Amino acid sequence: MTTRIDRRMAKLKAEGRPALVTYFMSGDPDYGTALSIMKALPKAGADIIEMGMPFSDPMADGPAIQAAGLRALKGGQTLVKTLKMASEFRAADNETPIVLMGYYNPIYIHGVDRFLRDALASGIDGLIVVDLPPEMDEELCIPALKAGINFIRLATPTTDDKRLPKVLQNTSGFVYYVSMTGITGSALADTGKVAAAVTRIKGHTDLPVCVGFGVKTAEQARIIGASADGVVVGTAIVNAVANVLGPKGEKTADPAEAVATLVSGLSQGVRAARLAAAE
Amino acid sequence: MNKPAIPNSFRTGPDEQGMFGIFGGRFVAETLMPLILDLERHWNEVKDDPDFKAELTDLSTHYAGRPSKLYFAEGLTRHLREVSSTKGLGGGAKVYFKREDLNHTGSHKINNCLGQILLAKRMGKKRIIAETGAGQHGVASATVAARFGFPCVVYMGATDVARQSPNVFRMKLLGAEVRPVTAGHGTLKDAMNEALRDWVTNVEDTYYLIGTAAGPHPYPELVRDFQSVIGTEARAQILEQEGRLPDTIIAAVGGGSNAIGLFHPFLDDRSVKIIGIEAGGRGLDGIEHCASMSAGAPGVLHGNRTYLLQNADGQIMDGHSISAGLDYPGVGPEHSWLRDSGRVDYVPILDDEALEAFQLTTRVEGIIPALESAHAIAHAIKIVPAMDKDQIVIVNLSGRGDKDVHTVANMLGMEI
Ligand SMILES: Cc1ncc(COP(=O)(O)O)c(C=O)c1O
Repeated sequence: MTTRIDRRMAKLKAEGRPALVTYFMSGDPDYGTALSIMKALPKAGADIIEMGMPFSDPMADGPAIQAAGLRALKGGQTLVKTLKMASEFRAADNETPIVLMGYYNPIYIHGVDRFLRDALASGIDGLIVVDLPPEMDEELCIPALKAGINFIRLATPTTDDKRLPKVLQNTSGFVYYVSMTGITGSALADTGKVAAAVTRIKGHTDLPVCVGFGVKTAEQARIIGASADGVVVGTAIVNAVANVLGPKGEKTADPAEAVATLVSGLSQGVRAARLAAAE
Repeated sequence: MNKPAIPNSFRTGPDEQGMFGIFGGRFVAETLMPLILDLERHWNEVKDDPDFKAELTDLSTHYAGRPSKLYFAEGLTRHLREVSSTKGLGGGAKVYFKREDLNHTGSHKINNCLGQILLAKRMGKKRIIAETGAGQHGVASATVAARFGFPCVVYMGATDVARQSPNVFRMKLLGAEVRPVTAGHGTLKDAMNEALRDWVTNVEDTYYLIGTAAGPHPYPELVRDFQSVIGTEARAQILEQEGRLPDTIIAAVGGGSNAIGLFHPFLDDRSVKIIGIEAGGRGLDGIEHCASMSAGAPGVLHGNRTYLLQNADGQIMDGHSISAGLDYPGVGPEHSWLRDSGRVDYVPILDDEALEAFQLTTRVEGIIPALESAHAIAHAIKIVPAMDKDQIVIVNLSGRGDKDVHTVANMLGMEI
């Protein structure tokens, strides 16, 4: 069974360039604006969309994504609305893969079976659930795989060679390599070490390996993209939204346009990645 | 809901996956998973190691002052017998206090901190982080860090920093760095998030010294085992002093460490009624309470599945309690299991009731209890007059109330 993620990754491989994976927070600062941001992403050059599901206690996130999640929740965002947003997007775009990223509790409270049904119906292709390590696979990972949704696992610098097979076992779609030990929004790790880690993971799997945490600029995307199959950018996008919000949360410019400008630049970066590597 | 079958013993959990029935587990980011497995490996090595036990016992005795006394609270007993006669009941059980307030640093928190600092030392860690609500765990962590020469960072909600200022100063004197956390309501939940973020970042050298019987496996188990000294002593002491087991034991439940410490050794004594007290705040009708087991639902937070205060979308609520140490929207997973299995009853006590118990205990016993402990005493005050004179109640006096005098003065409209 191939998913939109598999097809998109195969296509980019054929083109000989890494994927640009863009994270935005669904519902930030409000439903309508977030939907316009989501629609702008593929047009600006995003290959895969990660939709952040806001959570009150995002333990792996830095201040920028914490604040974005709180803005979304304050704006009335819920899991149900996030799925609705995905299906509105899907109505006009049946190609771009959508990965939901967040924490387990809202899914658990929605009900796992009901969530998977609703996610499929909304055109969701993959899930990244930060607080579900392989030890907890029975909770959501196995049911998701059965339902035909990719379960994308995070591998980290603390995931050693002994543990990697366990982490990779039920992973599908792609592997998300977290470039550092830390929270989202931290400074980018030593890119040489990141490249070595990507090679290490590729020794254990045929799945594409995307790298995230700390990538903020086109130049960084280019460097990381030289070795990785995809580059994930989150905090920079969330910041682009925050930067056009005034002190009371009012929009001082169009957030979708601000995000599009940033993403076009990043997209130049990933498109230059292999050219530079070949030099 | 989820009523598990009555087990032969209530003392065998958790299972190998760290589960107490459906509760507990290891819901953490992959970065932390290898650390938690490493902790579990070390914990399994030391928990039956006689050298480790001997070192801990020696510190507990000479440094912390154990065993803590089991004290017959004659003044409170007499008072409650008068209440009983006024009501025409003519009863009133004997009330005993387990005096954790007499420990070094003033609460039960030191029991856990001594155990975990020895574990951190064995693991070769170089730096201690902790979260704190009332500041009692922060003080106990800073204390053991000072004693064993570790740098220590304590995360504390900004609201709690303000209402527990004496403890903040104590931590600083002890050489710890106190980092105020402004996220959310600035209380214990937010401090715990921030401590976890620190741990994810500093994986090599840092030991996370969790202050209550919650978090990912093996924390709920190891904190329970370090705190079970409370119940083990109390059980032996009451047998020695009264020649029999108590009828009822009561403890306040924040994350649940003092409570599980008292309860665990009594769980298979089926004649002993066990009651955990949750913070009822301003009442369970609204959202201004922290009664996760009385008014919450099972969910996943801070590494474990347990009862949580949350909305229909699975977002965690902040809750409220007059007592900073009970101001947490969750509870340790073993309590959730004990609740659903029916072995332990969990009931709420309101802010006002705790405040009254605080004042009464101070006047009739000459003991200023922590506001957390005052919740447990408040429940004893409710039930003791209707009990028989030959019955026995043990209340866990988990800590002393010096840290709370500002809060209480405020509530009573007094300036100090
Ligand atoms: C004196 C005292 N009792 C009780 C508690 C509640 O914690 P736990 O439920 O883990 O015992 C605290 C927490 O700070 C405390 O300081």
